[in-house]
Amino acid sequence: MTVPALLVLQDGRSFRGQSFGAQGETFGEAVFATGMSGYQETLTDPSYDRQVVIATAPHIGNTGWNDEDDESGRIWVAGYVVRDPSPKPSSWRAKRPLTEELESQGIVGISGIDTRALTRHLRERGAMNVGISTVDLDLESLLEKVRQVAPMAGADLASEVTTTKAYVVPAQGRKRFTVVAVDLGIKAMTPQLMSRRGIEVHVLPQSATLADIEAIDPDGVFFSNGPGDPASATHAVELLRDLLGAGLPYFGICFGNQIFGRALGFSTYKLKYGHRGINQPVKDLTTGIVEITAHNHGFAVDAPQDHSVETEFGTASVSHIDLNDSVVEGLELRRDGELVGFSVQYHPEAAAGPHDAAYLFDRFTDMMARMDRKEASHAA
Amino acid sequence: MPRRTDISSILVIGSGPIVIGQACEFDYSGTQACRVLREEGFRVILVNSNPATIMTDPEFADATYIEPITPDFVERIIAREKPDALLATMGGQTALNTAMALHRSGVLEKYGVELIGANIAAIERGEDREQFKEVIKSLRDLPGGPPEVARSTMCHCVDEVVTAAQNLGYPVVLRPSYTMGGVGSGFAHDDAEARSMAEIGLDASPTTEVLVEESILGWKEFELEVMRDRKDNVVIVCSIENLDPMGVHTGDSITVAPALTLTDREFQRLRDIGIAVIRAVGVDTGGCNIQFAVNPDNGRVIVIEMNPRVSRSSALASKATGFPIAKIAAKVAVGYTLDEIPNDITGETPASFEPTLDYIVVKVPRFAFEKFPTAEDTLTTHMKSVGEAMAIGRNFTEALGKALRSLEDSRAPLRLTGPIPQMQEALTNAARPHDGRLQDVVQALRAGASTAEVHQSTMIDPWFLDQLVLVLDVAQEVASAEELTADVIRMAKRHGLSDEQIGELRGLSGAEVRSLRWALGVRPVYKTVDTCAAEFAARTPYHYSTYDEETEVAPRKKPAVLILGSGPNRIGQGIEFDYSCVHASMALSKAGYETVMVNCNPETVSTDYDTSDRLYFEPLTLEDVLEVYAAEVAAGPVAGVIVQLGGQTPLKLAAALKEAGLPIVGTSPEAIDLAEERGAFGKVLADAGLPAPRYGMARSADEACAIAGDIGYPVLVRPSYVLGGRGMEIVYDDQTLTTYVTTVTLASEDSPIMVDKFLDDAIEIDVDALFDGTDLYVGGIMEHIEEAGVHSGDSACALPPITLGAEVVENIRRSTRAIAEGVGVCGLINIQYALVGDTLYVLEANPRASRTVPFVSKATDTQLAKAAALIMLGASIAELRDSGMLKATGDGSTPAESAPVAVKEAVMPFNRFQTAEGTSVDTLLGPEMRSTGEVMGLDASFGIAFAKSQAASYGPLPLEGSVFVSIADSDKRHTILPMEMLEDMGFALYATTGTAAVLRRNGISASVVRKRHEGAGPTGEPTIVDRVLNHEVDLIINTPHGGSSAGATRRDGYGLRSAAVMADIPCVTTVQGLIAVVQGIAASRKGQVSVRPLQEWAPLMRPEKGAPSPELVKGSLGSGVENSDAEKEN
Repeated sequence: MTVPALLVLQDGRSFRGQSFGAQGETFGEAVFATGMSGYQETLTDPSYDRQVVIATAPHIGNTGWNDEDDESGRIWVAGYVVRDPSPKPSSWRAKRPLTEELESQGIVGISGIDTRALTRHLRERGAMNVGISTVDLDLESLLEKVRQVAPMAGADLASEVTTTKAYVVPAQGRKRFTVVAVDLGIKAMTPQLMSRRGIEVHVLPQSATLADIEAIDPDGVFFSNGPGDPASATHAVELLRDLLGAGLPYFGICFGNQIFGRALGFSTYKLKYGHRGINQPVKDLTTGIVEITAHNHGFAVDAPQDHSVETEFGTASVSHIDLNDSVVEGLELRRDGELVGFSVQYHPEAAAGPHDAAYLFDRFTDMMARMDRKEASHAA
Repeated sequence: MPRRTDISSILVIGSGPIVIGQACEFDYSGTQACRVLREEGFRVILVNSNPATIMTDPEFADATYIEPITPDFVERIIAREKPDALLATMGGQTALNTAMALHRSGVLEKYGVELIGANIAAIERGEDREQFKEVIKSLRDLPGGPPEVARSTMCHCVDEVVTAAQNLGYPVVLRPSYTMGGVGSGFAHDDAEARSMAEIGLDASPTTEVLVEESILGWKEFELEVMRDRKDNVVIVCSIENLDPMGVHTGDSITVAPALTLTDREFQRLRDIGIAVIRAVGVDTGGCNIQFAVNPDNGRVIVIEMNPRVSRSSALASKATGFPIAKIAAKVAVGYTLDEIPNDITGETPASFEPTLDYIVVKVPRFAFEKFPTAEDTLTTHMKSVGEAMAIGRNFTEALGKALRSLEDSRAPLRLTGPIPQMQEALTNAARPHDGRLQDVVQALRAGASTAEVHQSTMIDPWFLDQLVLVLDVAQEVASAEELTADVIRMAKRHGLSDEQIGELRGLSGAEVRSLRWALGVRPVYKTVDTCAAEFAARTPYHYSTYDEETEVAPRKKPAVLILGSGPNRIGQGIEFDYSCVHASMALSKAGYETVMVNCNPETVSTDYDTSDRLYFEPLTLEDVLEVYAAEVAAGPVAGVIVQLGGQTPLKLAAALKEAGLPIVGTSPEAIDLAEERGAFGKVLADAGLPAPRYGMARSADEACAIAGDIGYPVLVRPSYVLGGRGMEIVYDDQTLTTYVTTVTLASEDSPIMVDKFLDDAIEIDVDALFDGTDLYVGGIMEHIEEAGVHSGDSACALPPITLGAEVVENIRRSTRAIAEGVGVCGLINIQYALVGDTLYVLEANPRASRTVPFVSKATDTQLAKAAALIMLGASIAELRDSGMLKATGDGSTPAESAPVAVKEAVMPFNRFQTAEGTSVDTLLGPEMRSTGEVMGLDASFGIAFAKSQAASYGPLPLEGSVFVSIADSDKRHTILPMEMLEDMGFALYATTGTAAVLRRNGISASVVRKRHEGAGPTGEPTIVDRVLNHEVDLIINTPHGGSSAGATRRDGYGLRSAAVMADIPCVTTVQGLIAVVQGIAASRKGQVSVRPLQEWAPLMRPEKGAPSPELVKGSLGSGVENSDAEKEN
């Protein structure tokens, strides 16, 4: 028997559908994700904290839920909006249906609505808050509650998603480097890809201090992706400035790109409706090559694309742009012409998404190797 | 990187006639490519022998050669045009093979022609199985390990085979090396089978080798469409999943986009491999298609093959995503990089991205087994379908329901009511891949089979089976609901049920369900194919219906014209009708209308979002068309709906559409009925004093024999309820007629059979004409070269007519006018006549665009379909003459003296079909149409034009070798001279006894050969049919033996013709043809065969349009043709 559900946007537009996943009520920022595969990775991506994700792909749940593809320890989305949930999963790796996982993790969702109309609405009006309920089907009442929800702009959410305890992901094969990864909402695939390249990854909570990091004596530092408004991430920005000041090679992804931007003196801003999908064309301005990339960001760095900027840490410039809308997708920092830090706004770790940008992990190891050599030669 | 400036002219090779496996998807690709290259300022030279293509319209290239696509002819074109580059990736295997042949013979190097798109090495690596395997194995650096090909072991003795099979795991495939036709290959399921098959296979293999390969039958099958530019940017345009697992050709499978049963990890693995493969094979610029098999139990991936060119799948992917693969491939081939090319649909974003879909696309194949009753209909890796329909829905069930009803086959839509078969029987039926297997799957589920059981017998992925269960659940709810409420109907609609299907579940008619649905306000909305799942606004109105909330049809001010297309290709209705629809759209758009195309065939130009102002990718059923009309009426004024250009598909909706209040423009539905209703049409003819063959209706064998006795044998018999030649036969005696009536068609009170006088020895004539109510404009008169009794679609014909005198032509004009007037035509009409002596019989009239419209248009440089569209919307023929669209004076029946001769030849698909026993299907040509495509030969004289048509369809005429002759008595005196010429040219002659005697008396020596009905001789002398099949003959001349006792002889002729088709040997059946062939051979031997583009023919076809330069006129005329008249006209 289907249970009715109601979705109401902050501006009053509403959709009636059926309950999907857990019953109850949930609120968050409505965002649409356009990937056609990888809902398990999406749902468990901490960057989606407090967001209600609308899947534009109509069939969701086809391959069920397995025990390998989670990007973190739990589902983070605040709610899930789909059109056609699959009656049964089909995959040799599936352990249970998606609905079962949503129910057991208490994720409220809605199905059977015109997700394309909803997506178009958000595209035209911009991201906004939303509520989904299976218990309060009164439009006015639910709308009132949606209006009480805090906006995403200004939200500091890293503390909600970060690991509480530091942990180490050991290097696979011969260990080449030690890296501290500051967990602002890190996805499991990121330390995986580092580990495959001989990096021992020390994942620290977002509250980590310069002293905590120096105690590990890393060859480089990494700031992860994560939810919230970078303008509110004062601690992370200060920490990164200290690390850059200490001359540590830096690599950042997504939120880590925005923190890098702010640390270098650029500002950040909220995009109208953000980039969330696995088909975004990004151009590496240094090579001219276009890569198809996975995105999940509602904020972006405001930096000049036609010239570089001198900062106290070196020369900063935009390294990647999105070809759809020219949004800054990557930054790099050079000293004496040598790369000493870089970050991208998108997800080279993919999961879900294409592997085109995996070379950035090699760029990170190359940078550490080079800076290591330099230090070695200084010492000598 | 911008466009290359080091090349300025490009030769594009098309794919030639439509054949199974290579259809109008290559017209779509080629048209896009030509359009793009011209926009970029290149001189485009095109060669394609198929006149029914849009790409061969003169405005799509600078030089359009309707010439045979053979290395020989293409070399002549290269010699004449000296192109800088050759683009061979747009014309299917034909173009690729031709380019490879030109490379091997050194022609490309000799003329300095660069192959763009894919280079020689890449084509070889992609096409050669062994090289391709090596490429795959070389990809060692791929994350996740190197990709795999099917594991195999080469074995040289039985024990090796058994050991290899045990190692690979049963079942295994055994493939003996170098055996003809796959002798000894097949599946072995255990040691015993492996052993016995190995013995046979090793014995059959000249090298005593058998390849033992692991079986991937039943694995999941996926395809990726990959695109690369010269900066090495690579994107995956689309993923396609085959619902039918491995073992069925993808062209014969139901396919779905995007892939639905892979997790992201598995999908990315395919993506990584796809990208690595296109790089390693070395397709520098352009698209390719890569096929994968995935083991459903553990996800193991095997790379099956790749096509280093655009393909049927890429056409499908283009339509499915809105990413125009051929267009982009053409741009990257001339130097652009993907990020420099804008995405037309959004206008803002670049083409260097991967489309994402918020809908599901389902493609279903359409077969023609009813035309080949003896053909084995089990689907294999050898493609057998003749067309396909695609549908888009917001979910799989909706798209599937729409796709199945798009097939216009009443057996296709899922049967949700009625008798439930025995479960085991249904499972057994479903286990064998065949046309209609999905229906068996559904019936098995209805009979209580679990999805696990159905999966077990079909290997169809359980996800799809669960979706079918969902449809059955929905049907159950519809059937058991207390009342058909808006909610119930909407639910049914969201899972693809048609009004008819809902009606069947509720004991209502489709119309009743529709009125109820409308009363309840349950209407579809129209969404947009936008490549990006609504992330960016779409500029292109490419729509599909769905039962969702919000519609995206934009309001408009301009009056719209809806053009109903022709649906999936089938034998008798194919690309020719799409051509007319596209032309109508072009003409009306230019005339200020907003054109709205409705069609469901993904292969076509009409379903390119660039063709019309709006595109609705929808089934052509009453329900779906009514809804599109309603949506467009809501958007703005609708000036009319065109039903007469898309063949039978829209025509059969005409009456119902008119009844529903739609403004059908052109010939009225009543007039259409008048032409199709035998009695009423008979009255039209009688009123006009036009003779028609005598006929009668029989409800029993006795009645049939009585009628036949009255009108005289031979008679043409057919069931009265079918159109298009289905089930027709020519019968010569009572006994055969009785058999036909009692066993073949089962005539009855309700379904009588028609018995027509069959006109023996008649010249068949086809006419296409325009009528506006006042004036008649004959587009062209085509004289069939083939004997009467062969379906007009299967016959070769010549335009202008080669033997008809001025009086006959005048009679044809008069009769055509009388019929057009009597029927009430507004637009196009096609009439078939038979000329017997001086009497012109009317065989049938079709008040619509015919199959020959594109051929006539190309042969006369007059756009008949465009003119027809304008006439339908109110233009007069007089106005069209003034505007120059039609000739100012005269018409197609009065060709200019300088006009060339065009010959159309049909191409048959017999080599595609085998019987269950593995022998060839019966290839008798007859009144039922079975050809899939056509070619055109164009030259100043009939002989060369005919020779070209043969070269384009069945291979070049022989310039030496042996000829078999069998001539009807009445023709014998006319054949002496040409036979003497053949002998003089050094041909060895074989003849039947009678013909040989006549030849001998005239001093021509011929060896006697046995006829087919005589059988092999006492000492095993082969019959002529055997000799033909053994390729001992290079040319066949066989004019039909008329007369009442001709049954056996006529069948001899048919049998010979079939053998000729099987052996790919040219066969001439008329004296005119013989003379033509001899002329053609003589001219070819003298090296007089030249090539000439349409643009140079045009002023010769219509001198009034502009004076051609004198040299042009002179140069075009072959020997023996007076050119003084042409000069006078200047």
